[in-house]
Amino acid sequence: MNAADGTTAAPRTAAPVLEVRGIGKVYGSVIALSDISTSVGAGEVLCVLGDNGAGKSTLLKVLAGVHPHSSGELLLDGAAVRFTGPRLALDAGIATVYQDLAIVPLMPVWRNFFLGAELSAGIGPFSRIRVAEMRAITLAQLGRMGIDLRDVDQPIGTLSGGERQSVAIARAIYFGARVVILDEPTSALGVKQAGVVLRYVAQARDHGLGVVFVTHNPHHAYPVGDRFLVLNRGASLGEFDRKGITIDELTRLMAGGAELDSLARELERG
Amino acid sequence: MTVLTTPGTAPDERLARTHPLVRLLRRPEIGALVAALVIFVYFSAATTSFLSPAGVATWLYSASLFGIMAVAVAMLMIGGEFDLSAGAMTGTTGLLVGAFTTQWGMNLWFAMLLALLIALFVGAFNGFLVVKTGIPSFIVTLGTFFILQGLNLAGTKLVTGQVAIQGMTLVPGFDAGKAIFGSTIPVLGVSLKVSVFWWLGITAVASWLLLRTRYGNWIFAIGGQLQSAVQTGVPVRRTRIGLFMGTAAAGWLVGMLSLFDVATVQATTGIGQEFIYIICAVVGGCLLTGGYGSAIGAALGALIYGMILQGIVFAQWDNNWLKAFLGGMLLLAVLVNLSVRRQAGVRA
Repeated sequence: MNAADGTTAAPRTAAPVLEVRGIGKVYGSVIALSDISTSVGAGEVLCVLGDNGAGKSTLLKVLAGVHPHSSGELLLDGAAVRFTGPRLALDAGIATVYQDLAIVPLMPVWRNFFLGAELSAGIGPFSRIRVAEMRAITLAQLGRMGIDLRDVDQPIGTLSGGERQSVAIARAIYFGARVVILDEPTSALGVKQAGVVLRYVAQARDHGLGVVFVTHNPHHAYPVGDRFLVLNRGASLGEFDRKGITIDELTRLMAGGAELDSLARELERG
Repeated sequence: MTVLTTPGTAPDERLARTHPLVRLLRRPEIGALVAALVIFVYFSAATTSFLSPAGVATWLYSASLFGIMAVAVAMLMIGGEFDLSAGAMTGTTGLLVGAFTTQWGMNLWFAMLLALLIALFVGAFNGFLVVKTGIPSFIVTLGTFFILQGLNLAGTKLVTGQVAIQGMTLVPGFDAGKAIFGSTIPVLGVSLKVSVFWWLGITAVASWLLLRTRYGNWIFAIGGQLQSAVQTGVPVRRTRIGLFMGTAAAGWLVGMLSLFDVATVQATTGIGQEFIYIICAVVGGCLLTGGYGSAIGAALGALIYGMILQGIVFAQWDNNWLKAFLGGMLLLAVLVNLSVRRQAGVRA
């Protein structure tokens, strides 16, 4: 394993909104995550990279409030917090877009956009939803993200994978997220569709959001990331800013450098 | 359908323009509407009594009782569940009111209220069991169905010594009750049973609930993708239990409508009808897998059933053709639903 000697002090582009200091997570006797420090500020993309089992999901769950951390500090706007549930993280403006996107394929795009947070008018059992307004907002919000739908009434299942991902991101942003955590948003997508999503990630960043981009694909992370946190076996291999590392170095680091070299030699002989 | 324009580039070439006809075909109730028109025209031409005032009143009455249940069952199915106890419930509630009033001299209105509360309780019990244990509602309500069926028969025999409850006309307040649930209203020379108006009202309310309230959104989401509904903060348990209470309440309403219509309740009332409600809902465009359907479609499905049920009688065919007709109708509806969904291009 490489030591964290490649770490360069990432230049701050903004004060961190969400920060972790020496954070760790223990499940019973399993140390899933230990001593991770990183942060994300407004208008910044932090990529969390690592192979399967590196601890990406654990870090994501700590940030999203699914599992509270066991050690270290979680800071929101510089103040220590402890999320004991996803609702608390959401209320603090930290929205997570999971791989399944929490969408209902047969429902229209606008109904999906407002699902669980419908705009209503009227009181009690006689309240009705404000259909025209929700349609208009959906269209406008998706337009802001560069998604131009002719018809927000089409079932969301008719959109492409990349567009669905983007709708989920737009929804998180509209409902007040300051930090969006994206869980492998490109992993199930083809090259073109992944490009679509990366463009929306950049859009979100340009709108002043902090983005935590969790992925195992350095080729997707590198073009859009400001800083890269590389995890391996629950520990940090270092955090790099984009100027401090090339994509080849990043790939090598993720795959465990020397291991990849020996694998390459082994395969060559075979 | 999908347009992804990056400035300066042409629209996606894979795109097909959405034809207005396709848009119309996307509506879940369209198949039922076409079928209803065909059946209406056929029986109008083939029989003389079908279009007579008495004929129209007859098939509309049949359709109304099935329709009220079908609409409630459709809402439940959109929410992804079944209720097999819905048919027996129409008998249970009528029998309860009959027994309370004729046997124990209870006030009619209080007896009706009590029967409604009992129905709601059974519905809540169904829903609670499904939500709490995750057992398929098909099994849970199959159990409740048999319990109600047994109670209806055994209870009626125990209380009256017969298999029906009679003598409702002697109960104080019966006439007032009949005015609400069993009267006849002339419309354009046709003496329509009041149940037809209940049916229209319930269909309108259900449509409004489904399409214009938050609850509707939640019901579609729960039936379409339960996990997503949970993740977006939809009160999933409350909504699902509410849907089961809805079918039970509809069962009560239909129980009252038949009770005040004939002033007699057979212990076997409603048994065997639970599948007809489901068929009406499916013919009306509901997917068996949930998440898609319409209240108007279910009402049209019931209209089709009512027209065939009485049309076969008017045409003096063997009554047994009805079942074969119904089965064929169901299969056809399922196939149409499937192809319509493909037409709409839904990647489920």
